[in-house]
Amino acid sequence: MSDSVQLPRWIDVGALPLLNLLLALVVSGLVVLAIGERPTQVVEILLYGAFGYEEAWGYTLYYTTNFIFTGLAFAVAFHCGLFNIGAEGQAYVGGLGVILAALYLDFLPFPIMLIVAILASAIFGAAWAYIPAYLQARRGSHVVITTIMFNFIASSLMVYLLVNVLRPQGSMTPESEQIAEHLRLPFIHDIAAGLGLEMASSPLNLSFVYALVCSVLVWLFIWHTRWGYAIRTVGANAVAATYAGIEPGRYIIMAMMISGALSAFMALNEVMGVQHRLLIDFTAGYGFVGIAVALMGRNHPFGIFLAALLFGMLYQGGAELSFEIPTISNDMVVVIQGLVILFTGAMEHMFRPRVTRIYTAWHLRRRAQEAA
Amino acid sequence: MHQMHGAGETGAVQPAIELRGIDKRFGAVHANKSIDLKVEKGTIHGIVGENGAGKSTLMSILYGFYQADGGTIHVDGRLCDIKGSEDAIAVGIGMVHQHFMLVEPFTVLENVILGVEGGAILREGVDKARGELKRLEREYALDVNPDAIVGDLSVGLQQRVEILKALYRGAEILILDEPTGVLTPQEADHLFRILETLKQQGKTVVLITHKLREIMAATDNVSVMRQGEMVAHRKTAETSPEELSELMVGRKVLLRLEKGEAAPAATVLEVDNLCVETSQGVRKVKNASFSVRAGEIVGIAGVSGNGQSELLEALGGIRAVTEGQVLLNGQDVTPGRGVDAAELRKRGVAHVPEDRHRMAMVTSFSAKEAAILGYEDDASYQKGLFLNWHAISDATKHLMSEFDVRPNDPDLKAANFSGGNQQKLVLAREIMRDPELLLVGQPTRGVDIGAIEFIHKRIVAMRDAGKAVLLVSVELDEIMSLADRILVMCDGAIIGEVSAADANERVLGLMMAGVDPHEAKAAEGQS
Amino acid sequence: MDNFELVILLLDATLRTSTPLILAALAGMFSERSGTINLALEGMMLGGAFSAAAVAYYVGNPWAGLLAAIATTICLSLLHGFACITHKGNQVVSGMAINILMSGLTALVGIALFAQGGKTPSLDHESRFQPITLPGADAVADVPVLGSIYSELLSGHNILVYVAFLAVPAAWWVMYRTRFGLRLRAVGENPGAVDTAGIGVVAMRYRAVICSGVLVGMSGAYLSTAQGASFLQDMTAGKGYIALAAMVFGKWRPFPALFACLLFGFLDAAATRMQGVILPGIGEVPVQLVQALPYVLTVILLAGFIGRAIPPKSLGRPYVKER
Repeated sequence: MSDSVQLPRWIDVGALPLLNLLLALVVSGLVVLAIGERPTQVVEILLYGAFGYEEAWGYTLYYTTNFIFTGLAFAVAFHCGLFNIGAEGQAYVGGLGVILAALYLDFLPFPIMLIVAILASAIFGAAWAYIPAYLQARRGSHVVITTIMFNFIASSLMVYLLVNVLRPQGSMTPESEQIAEHLRLPFIHDIAAGLGLEMASSPLNLSFVYALVCSVLVWLFIWHTRWGYAIRTVGANAVAATYAGIEPGRYIIMAMMISGALSAFMALNEVMGVQHRLLIDFTAGYGFVGIAVALMGRNHPFGIFLAALLFGMLYQGGAELSFEIPTISNDMVVVIQGLVILFTGAMEHMFRPRVTRIYTAWHLRRRAQEAA
Repeated sequence: MHQMHGAGETGAVQPAIELRGIDKRFGAVHANKSIDLKVEKGTIHGIVGENGAGKSTLMSILYGFYQADGGTIHVDGRLCDIKGSEDAIAVGIGMVHQHFMLVEPFTVLENVILGVEGGAILREGVDKARGELKRLEREYALDVNPDAIVGDLSVGLQQRVEILKALYRGAEILILDEPTGVLTPQEADHLFRILETLKQQGKTVVLITHKLREIMAATDNVSVMRQGEMVAHRKTAETSPEELSELMVGRKVLLRLEKGEAAPAATVLEVDNLCVETSQGVRKVKNASFSVRAGEIVGIAGVSGNGQSELLEALGGIRAVTEGQVLLNGQDVTPGRGVDAAELRKRGVAHVPEDRHRMAMVTSFSAKEAAILGYEDDASYQKGLFLNWHAISDATKHLMSEFDVRPNDPDLKAANFSGGNQQKLVLAREIMRDPELLLVGQPTRGVDIGAIEFIHKRIVAMRDAGKAVLLVSVELDEIMSLADRILVMCDGAIIGEVSAADANERVLGLMMAGVDPHEAKAAEGQS
Repeated sequence: MDNFELVILLLDATLRTSTPLILAALAGMFSERSGTINLALEGMMLGGAFSAAAVAYYVGNPWAGLLAAIATTICLSLLHGFACITHKGNQVVSGMAINILMSGLTALVGIALFAQGGKTPSLDHESRFQPITLPGADAVADVPVLGSIYSELLSGHNILVYVAFLAVPAAWWVMYRTRFGLRLRAVGENPGAVDTAGIGVVAMRYRAVICSGVLVGMSGAYLSTAQGASFLQDMTAGKGYIALAAMVFGKWRPFPALFACLLFGFLDAAATRMQGVILPGIGEVPVQLVQALPYVLTVILLAGFIGRAIPPKSLGRPYVKER
């Protein structure tokens, strides 16, 4: 149909994103140079910090857990053609669901609490995503702006609740009561110890396993169910969806609610797994990292896993950086994150025409040679 | 046409426009093949051709919207290098695009001065522009309130604003691309009066259209394009609609299909007094009533844009119906009243829409994903909660081999199939479901010759299997070779019915131009 | 008189809190009216604030800081344009990228340069924009009501406050009374019309984002060299988004946007003073509710419950010739 040959899959989903990622890392290196440090040293420290000793692994995977959830959340909405910038707010409100369940239903045994907590976070997160979704589907208000607004609204709401409702009597800090010990998500090192394996202690907990489960579930949902099919149709061509009898509004709401629920699962890790109480701003910008993770991972769960691992590494290694090089804080990681979004997201088309041209020329020449 | 002044007599006057060897490709599509064209000064020159003949591309090149791959443009005898709209404007060319290039929230005046504001501060230019606009309005009978918001104006008035824009920029040559496609007949008549005035003032007008009636009524000379080539130039007074339509269509080998007599049985589809409006409230289908019986093909003929698309989309459940009723096997299935496309499919209505890429498929999907669009809920495609891709893949392979879709690869991206193969895949998806009623629009648009015959055979096979088929096509050949009964639509209304036996191109052509069927037949009898 | 004083003080604070919002909202307006979504206001503001504080500290002059801030935000605008206009990248993603990038970069560079945990050193008197006493303000200070309105409310702000308020009619004039404004609005509605009128769409959109950069740079400089006396990490704290909300609330028009900024600024100023205040008949209004109000109001507006905010038609769509 057109002048150019279709790019093979390995270039399309492999080489091109890697090229963009590489550019992001090169620019990050330049930033390091500009500050007057050696990029090689930074890489060394980052890698050591992320994998160099036993606890490091656990910390890296603990961060990875958050990023898998928020990355999946962004991806599901994206498949429906929506930009859900509201993972922060949805996770924050999801944390409320977790803490309410854990504090007020503390008579439940752990296995049931686990299910209740998953449901509670999902329901709270999905509900918070429902309003922007409804407004997009039925009233045409753009989901980008409304989800940003809902992040701020969530923040105010949660501060209010923490200060006025959840704060235990007599306490001065705006945080909730602690979750009872037997209702916390077990740490992986504790589980390992139970199995007779020795592991360094880290915040890595059972939610990591759940994140992997969610990755598989999202993969199944998006590519192996009729609802996922419908969501992808709406995202790719809403007119064709209408033709097929797939009502776009319905699936916009569905995709956003699933996205909200996935964001909220981050609270399982943070609230139920690590901090064991609800803290102000516990989401700490992880929701925004999800955007970078999903864009880098091409909105595919496997890619998201890899990207989440990379960011987990950066976050954990970044903490090490600030110890080793006083002039570099872990803000370096935020810079890298911004550059990754910029180059793999906003400028993803930068190399494509050129690469396509080169590949086409090569392809045609080879065909000509074969013919000769 | 009583005023035959201009180049024809004096001979020394240079043509207003002369194109030599204009060539343009879009990827594999050769849109303009070495086109030559001369337009005499002070005339109205028509360019006719079917959809996709390359008329609009040619004019867009003249206006600098696209760059030609080869050839030269001469305006008033001077070679011009037109790289962008600003160059075209500079040599006195103005264009009224098919889709208006207006800024809707702006006033008429603001739209007119955009790009020629006459100073960094609007105030300076605006007062002058207002005076100039008044003069133009008087001179060409183009009255429109300069302070009205363009978005509030009717389509006819918006078009006047477009003409004013061109004149305000000092256009001596005015190109109009399908200007009447969006106008009511009254508005169209008014437009032609305006064009006549322009001619009398010495302007040159190029009118692109596929409506022969307009060519005959309004132009001095006419050029005919077919499949990217310029095939003929005629003086309008010395030609006839018959000759032009032959030139437009070419002496294509008629793909007359061998098909037996239809055996119509019970009524499947009954449409009663159907009206469809766009979201802007423009009535596109006006009180259409007809029926389709099992075992027959009913064709809807008409010039593109006369309401067929909207009718088909409404029957497919995509557009809500404003008034009227649709019955399927006697049951009310009027779209928009609780019935949508999914519900119609469940009741046995298959729909091959007119626009493949916009509607019938998601081009980024693989063939097997494309092959279940609209049927993704089907039980045979499910395995518990999940889609059974094995079954889907097998089913797609089956569809593809039944309809000879090449390559037979269910995992290939839909975008990578040729137009004909994409269309066969869509047809396979809809036909192989064994529907009661097949709605099919432009089944062979952008499809290669080999595939056309195949597709036609499959549609006839549907009829012979006792199914009802409603066919919408702007290709008269296609309608005549497939349909058992032919309904003709003009301006949203069904103006008559002709049986396939009585149909010929001339009668249908006249009816498509809005001539009453009896008169059309009478005219046919005389010739 | 006590209550009157209180109101004057509150309004005075409102002027100060709304100034950066006004500048940023106008910045957003220039960009979005030309068709380019500008979610990057937050990050640009942050970048501007940092540059202004750093340069003002080194040079010892707030004007140098202001110029540095504007230069920084123009660069960021060009980056945004490069991604969205030249490469037709996604405007939302580009905006978010710039926000995140600047959040990290300002802190990183701040630590590298000053080693004060991301903060810039406090600026002395000379390096900040100082309050200006309007002529005759002292003389009329004792005149009841009008005098104190003039001397306490209107007088005594720094130059950027006055610039912001004057920028509104100026932006209106540019937008609606000049050739530039006409073309800018046209390119955001129907770039095809602009193209066929012989005007370059890309150049027009670039000019618009540069205007946006100039304005948002000023709002950044205001935060760190006028209202504050140094750059603090993440000191914008969502002001860029509030400005965006105000722009939407003002339906992409200068004067309604000014009104929205004043309203949001007032809510901000009020929130800090409402802590623990018990309103008669209502009881204690949670301060968080007041803080969330701008966002809630914007969502309600977007949902079409109070009028309809219709964005420019081509907002968010890169210009591609048909076919």
